[in-house]
Amino acid sequence: MPSFVITEKCDGCKAQDKTACQYICPNDLMVLNKETNKAYNRAPEMCWECYNCVKICPTQAIEIRGYADFMPLGGYVQPLRSTDSIMWSVRFRNGKIKHFKFPTRTTPEGSASPDAGFNTSTDDLKSPILRTEPESLGTKKIEQL
Amino acid sequence: MKDFETIEITTDILILGGGMAACGAAFEATHWAKQHNLKVTLVDKAAMDRSGAVAMGLSAINMYIGLKDGDNTIKDYVKYVKNDLMGIARDDLVANIARHVDSSVHLFEKWGLPVWKDEDGKYVHEGRWQVMINGESYKTIVAEAAKNALKELGENGSYYERIFITEPLMDGDRCVGAIGFSVRDNKIYIFRAKSVLVAMGGAVHIFKPRSVGEGLGRSWYPPFNSGASAYFTIKAGAEMTCQEVRFVPVRFKDAYGPVGAWFLLFKSKATNALGEDYMETRAGELKRWAPYGLAKPTPTNLRNYLMMLEVMEGKHPIYMRTDEAIKNIAAKIDDEKERKRKLKKLENEAWEDFLDMTISQALLWASTNIFPDEQPSEIAACEPYFISSHSGASGAWLSGPEDMAPDEYKWGYPQMTTIKGLFAAGDASGASSHKFSSGSFTEGRIAAKSAVSFCVDHPELSSFDSSKIEDLKSNILKPLETFNNHKNYSNDPDINPNFIKPKMFMFRLQKIMDEYSGGVSANFKTSEALLKKGLEFIRYMKEDAEKLAAEDLHELMRCWENIHRLWQAESHIRTMLFRKETRWPGYYFRSDFPEMKEEWKCFANCRWNSETDEWEMSKKDVIDLVEIE
Repeated sequence: MPSFVITEKCDGCKAQDKTACQYICPNDLMVLNKETNKAYNRAPEMCWECYNCVKICPTQAIEIRGYADFMPLGGYVQPLRSTDSIMWSVRFRNGKIKHFKFPTRTTPEGSASPDAGFNTSTDDLKSPILRTEPESLGTKKIEQL
Repeated sequence: MKDFETIEITTDILILGGGMAACGAAFEATHWAKQHNLKVTLVDKAAMDRSGAVAMGLSAINMYIGLKDGDNTIKDYVKYVKNDLMGIARDDLVANIARHVDSSVHLFEKWGLPVWKDEDGKYVHEGRWQVMINGESYKTIVAEAAKNALKELGENGSYYERIFITEPLMDGDRCVGAIGFSVRDNKIYIFRAKSVLVAMGGAVHIFKPRSVGEGLGRSWYPPFNSGASAYFTIKAGAEMTCQEVRFVPVRFKDAYGPVGAWFLLFKSKATNALGEDYMETRAGELKRWAPYGLAKPTPTNLRNYLMMLEVMEGKHPIYMRTDEAIKNIAAKIDDEKERKRKLKKLENEAWEDFLDMTISQALLWASTNIFPDEQPSEIAACEPYFISSHSGASGAWLSGPEDMAPDEYKWGYPQMTTIKGLFAAGDASGASSHKFSSGSFTEGRIAAKSAVSFCVDHPELSSFDSSKIEDLKSNILKPLETFNNHKNYSNDPDINPNFIKPKMFMFRLQKIMDEYSGGVSANFKTSEALLKKGLEFIRYMKEDAEKLAAEDLHELMRCWENIHRLWQAESHIRTMLFRKETRWPGYYFRSDFPEMKEEWKCFANCRWNSETDEWEMSKKDVIDLVEIE
């Protein structure tokens, strides 16, 4: 099963109205079992392995076991995502390990200001000029064929 | 279904979808709506932070023109797109996106997306149009800006998540809203609007994928894009274009990791099992597809086709020669320290390419001990997808920009379909390929400004016959009722002669499309005889769609996704049948019409007529605003 929940680590997001993985899964696959208070992937064969549940899980309780119909066992890829970067551990079937760290954003979370300081040069709804243009284009005017 | 609450929301501009195009639409619509005191409402089937095709992230922005530095012109881009699509593209629509797209990319960067820069502060390019990014959080950042834009509108701006839109609401020839249901609570949602903007993505899982076990989900394009855009516009009565133009990506085999960085950035070659570069050995074949086959870069479908010819002759596996590419790069650097530094950098870039956008590919390399400097990796053609934002073209037929479109392509507001008040962007709009993430966001902006303009010109809220609402509601919930009515008849909730579950319904569709409509196991070949046979089976499916059954809300969503897929599939078969030639041989090949024909240098359009339940097919002229040399 592509994404799976490590039973011991999952705390069901402490019985909030929904778990983090339930909130984020783009394919509506993660569900909370109310009896055991553990999350699970209800249709692993529809999982894209997008890792969004893995990245968001507050207790690092979710991992991916690669699609068994074409991946030999033993590979392991696990991220740790912070507010401005992500760290990846890659373990090969033969035991070799690689680590990577990449930046993810250059501004504080939540701070994206729509206009980003650019002005819009017109109020005319019929003009082809879009919000923040032409300043955000860095040109003086809108091009034509 | 008495326990379903009905929630009615009245708005001005309704944005359907939550991906790149929808976020662009929200960003743009809010600005103009504020000046005219209008409401903007966005509806997403998932959570905006990670919905749509960019949910996982991306390692590059594939559409950037470089206008401010004079790197390219919008004409250059139109030429590139049109040649890639074998002469079939709407120059006006492509140029309109191209003249605005840089603005979107500059905004992404300001919002916090890390874009790679060289020593002079210029963007690092993967290829002529592609800009490298650290794109793990690309969608999160863009969604944040879109949400903040809606917030700026105060109580006039709102978004709804986890609502699955099923049908358009119509008032004669005008679209006046949409109906759907919550996938989390027993609630039906009715959105009434003055203008409706469709941006619900393309379609996946219409063709049988190569992997059908757990790997079913590892489609190249996400499995949650299920044809909602095409269904919505077709059902509204809009004219569609290029419904035959599927996209077949060639990617690393099975996990479908990206090949762009390897081809463009690292200058890697692909060869057959014997080490022959088929782009060289089969170059003669390209003449058959002139003028497009002889232009550079070679169109995507023709590159596919040359590879497929190798496979048909049994000369596969096909390999990306990563090992040779790395050796070639290393050989060019004399200084050992510098060489080590460069190779370390390259290793990071290669792994980030996967980890940013197709993590499974990293997992596949890890689980099969692949070190790209030591051995090559297999590549293969994926199954077909419907994605007009990439190298496909299927979608709604749209009115062009006032200042660039010829009269034949203009009937009112830019980006408006042939239905009043119904707009489309991203994978929902046809014949404007190669928009990718940045262009889809941009097209959403163009469509949104136009949709606001429509609202201002049509301030009256169109009526919708409320008596129809009850019928629509019971139609949406019917699969739940069907299951309830018959579940006790058999001992297995999935096997019952009175109904069909959505999963098997999807598998049946995939098998028809695969075998009769030119899927992987048919070597992407089809013919009139095969397509007509496929249509017979599609007719049975349309009847059986009435008997879809769902045990819960999640399965109800799966039922509706597959109804949407079915309509996308039918329009695809009908349009392939209509076009009596082979024009994109690496996407599909008509064995009964194996040549490209001048008389078919036109758009193949279709429209479903709700009164007669018949499909009307038509040819539309390709009007060249830019000549391909």
